[in-house]
Amino acid sequence: MPQKKSLAPELVLSSAPHVKAGQSITSIMWMVVLALMPATLYSVYLYGIHALLVICVAIIAAVASEALYLFLMKKPVTILDGSAVITGLLLAMNVPPDVPLWTVGIGSAFAIIIAKQLFGGLGFNIFNPALAGRAFLMASWPVYMTTKWHTFTPTNVLSQGITNITDMPEQAFDVVTQATPLGALKEVPKLLSDLHVLPDMLHNLLFSKEMLKSLFVGNVGGCIGETSALLLILGGLFLLYKRIITWHVPAMYIGTVVIFMYCYYSLSGFPYPVEATVYHVFSGGLMLGAFFMATDMVTSPVTWKGMLIFGAGCGILTCVIRLWGGYPEGVSYSILLMNTAVPLIDRYTKPRIFGTRA
Amino acid sequence: MAFNTFIGGIHPPENKHLTEDKAFSNLSIPQLCYIPMQQHVGKPANPIVEVGDTVREGQLIGLSDGYISANVHASVPGKVVEIGRYPTLYSKEGVCVVIEAQGAFSTSGKILDEEQWESLTALDLINRVAEAGIVGLGGAAFPTHVKLQPPRKRQIDTLIVNGSECEPYLTVDDMLMQTHPSEIIEGVRVALKILGITQAFIGIEKNKPKAIQALEERLTAISIPEKITVAPLKVKYPQGAEKQLIHSILKRNVPSGGLPMDVHVVVQNVGTIFAIREAVVLRKPLFERFITVTGEIVKKPGNYKARLGTRISDVIEECGGLTEKPGKIIMGGPMCGIAVDTIEIPVVKGTSGLLFLKNEEIQVSQYRPCIRCGRCVAVCPAGLMPFELVNAIEKGRYDLVEPSNPFDCIMCGSCAYCCPSKRPLNHFIRMAQEKLHKKHKQ
Ligand code: SF4
Ligand code: SF4
Repeated sequence: MPQKKSLAPELVLSSAPHVKAGQSITSIMWMVVLALMPATLYSVYLYGIHALLVICVAIIAAVASEALYLFLMKKPVTILDGSAVITGLLLAMNVPPDVPLWTVGIGSAFAIIIAKQLFGGLGFNIFNPALAGRAFLMASWPVYMTTKWHTFTPTNVLSQGITNITDMPEQAFDVVTQATPLGALKEVPKLLSDLHVLPDMLHNLLFSKEMLKSLFVGNVGGCIGETSALLLILGGLFLLYKRIITWHVPAMYIGTVVIFMYCYYSLSGFPYPVEATVYHVFSGGLMLGAFFMATDMVTSPVTWKGMLIFGAGCGILTCVIRLWGGYPEGVSYSILLMNTAVPLIDRYTKPRIFGTRA
Repeated sequence: MAFNTFIGGIHPPENKHLTEDKAFSNLSIPQLCYIPMQQHVGKPANPIVEVGDTVREGQLIGLSDGYISANVHASVPGKVVEIGRYPTLYSKEGVCVVIEAQGAFSTSGKILDEEQWESLTALDLINRVAEAGIVGLGGAAFPTHVKLQPPRKRQIDTLIVNGSECEPYLTVDDMLMQTHPSEIIEGVRVALKILGITQAFIGIEKNKPKAIQALEERLTAISIPEKITVAPLKVKYPQGAEKQLIHSILKRNVPSGGLPMDVHVVVQNVGTIFAIREAVVLRKPLFERFITVTGEIVKKPGNYKARLGTRISDVIEECGGLTEKPGKIIMGGPMCGIAVDTIEIPVVKGTSGLLFLKNEEIQVSQYRPCIRCGRCVAVCPAGLMPFELVNAIEKGRYDLVEPSNPFDCIMCGSCAYCCPSKRPLNHFIRMAQEKLHKKHKQ
């Protein structure tokens, strides 16, 4: 029969398996972008048009650098896979809201070209490109990267947490209102000793229920993407639900920080150990880092065991930097440091081959 | 046993609904039967008929050649019209005996005599199995009489019957267990006698409750000296892979590089067990088998009994044709089956099903670099790091490939199934295995 003959040439020959799971690089990447949207939009609402511009510039610069590099290298231009978009977006989320636009542009280009493409492109980079870009900006323009915070004056959101501002030394007030929450927390010893702020006043100033709530919801200063722990957690849960990330890294990372910080503050006689721990967990970049950056597949370990070690390592390093380092924040450096340990972790956490003994 | 399962594995969509309620029906006898001399692992059989000969149904036409080989029988009565080379599942030019159907059928439609097999010796039984040309019907097609005679120094204590049917789409084993529980149990008893043991487990995934029930009911209704137990298993692919099955049921781990007999186990597929019974009790050689013909574009998907040597084109016609042109035709299931490039290929002993996929159902996309997501590592039931192995293979770094245990890969395809970069991981590993085999031979 003639119709039988014509069947054959169109038959696709390929090796098993003939069915594949739905997720692809592209779908994963865009899903991550989607998961970051609530926190991103909230930041724009909070910080205004400049934050939006920062985000746009970061993304456009990242995608353009990727396209240009791939084009010049005569490789397939795969910008639609969304990976450069994530790099740009994450970089934007890791800079202060008032940073000059050209700095983020340069940061994005660095992230894509130096940290990603020169290592061999998608899948071969050792460092999380966005974090490498941020580190580069920190090293090159530290002033922009550490002072361009939104200043919350007593009349705006932060003030809602402060119920009693009388009797407060002016300087103390400046300290807590001009910096990020973690910056303020780092000043606490100074407040207590030099400025003679009483623990009670400290409570009103920094550790009241309202204040802690603001931290969680996100009415505080910080980098563009790190303000609202709540929205970041929602995004993270979405990724967990979609099985794009597993619980291992975020749970271990956050868990380690909780335990480490609580132990530190209780043992060191700090008057408000629980509250201080809440600061460390819900403010700063921990949620963003734990759910969106430490989970970057390319730069984190491949086995669950390895992921647990990686998460714990990130947690410990974050605590160490925050408590004893020069910066109030340590999430991005810890992740970068742990990125370098990934090959080693991978080597020692290989799964056991079926039918062999440990 | 609370944890009847193994480590790793995946949950692909089962897609068994197309055929799971379809009782067996016979495909009609094709005009021309193309019977390959190679339908098994090992050496092809030697044709012992000549063009012009008239053959009976079930007559021996290909004689097993050597220890690892199997007999081949005429699937239909008729005249040998040609002995030539045609495309088969295993070769582009496999020797086939072409029989034009004519004359009387000695078995079809007639009930064969049941023989008292219990008085036969194990040797008699194994000879009957070997004569009947039985091979593993799950797909591997390893000669069954060889598998049932492990070297003496390997003490065997348990027979595991593989009724897990973890491949998506396929439902033949399920239907067989539902409709022929007594025959399967008798077959298990024959196999146990051959092996000289008394303990057997029938492993069935829990998504086949009717099969489990049918066998369990039958087992409680009869009294037999052997200890045969149904073991319901967690639904997870590749539950039916030998080593994983043994682990799920007995918690024994076949050593890396070893065989089931190293842990005192022999595994047989339920279809094979059924064929063993037919060979021994009915003295019927293996010339037909049950297959699932399925896919959204098949007009009458179902479970059919097909004569070996029936070409795909005839099967399509028998199943009412296709609603649209297929993009891919797979012999076997979607996870382990083989895509064929012509519908002239005949059904062979290892064909458990025919799956027709339409163009939209085929996922052929360019694969991309590994993004180290770790999914292949998490699902690999062999405990390998497929991505690392394949990165080394891709770079041609065979010095790194060998220490990464490529031969522990059971080719289940779980890694490639879940890879977001769509990397054909097991394909690369198979290539590496072949390359290393060649290297070692030199
Ligand atoms: S590497 Fe082999 S055994 Fe492991 S998942 Fe892939 S195909 Fe299966
Ligand atoms: S599943 Fe694919 S992308 Fe993920 S680690 Fe394995 S090979 Fe790489």
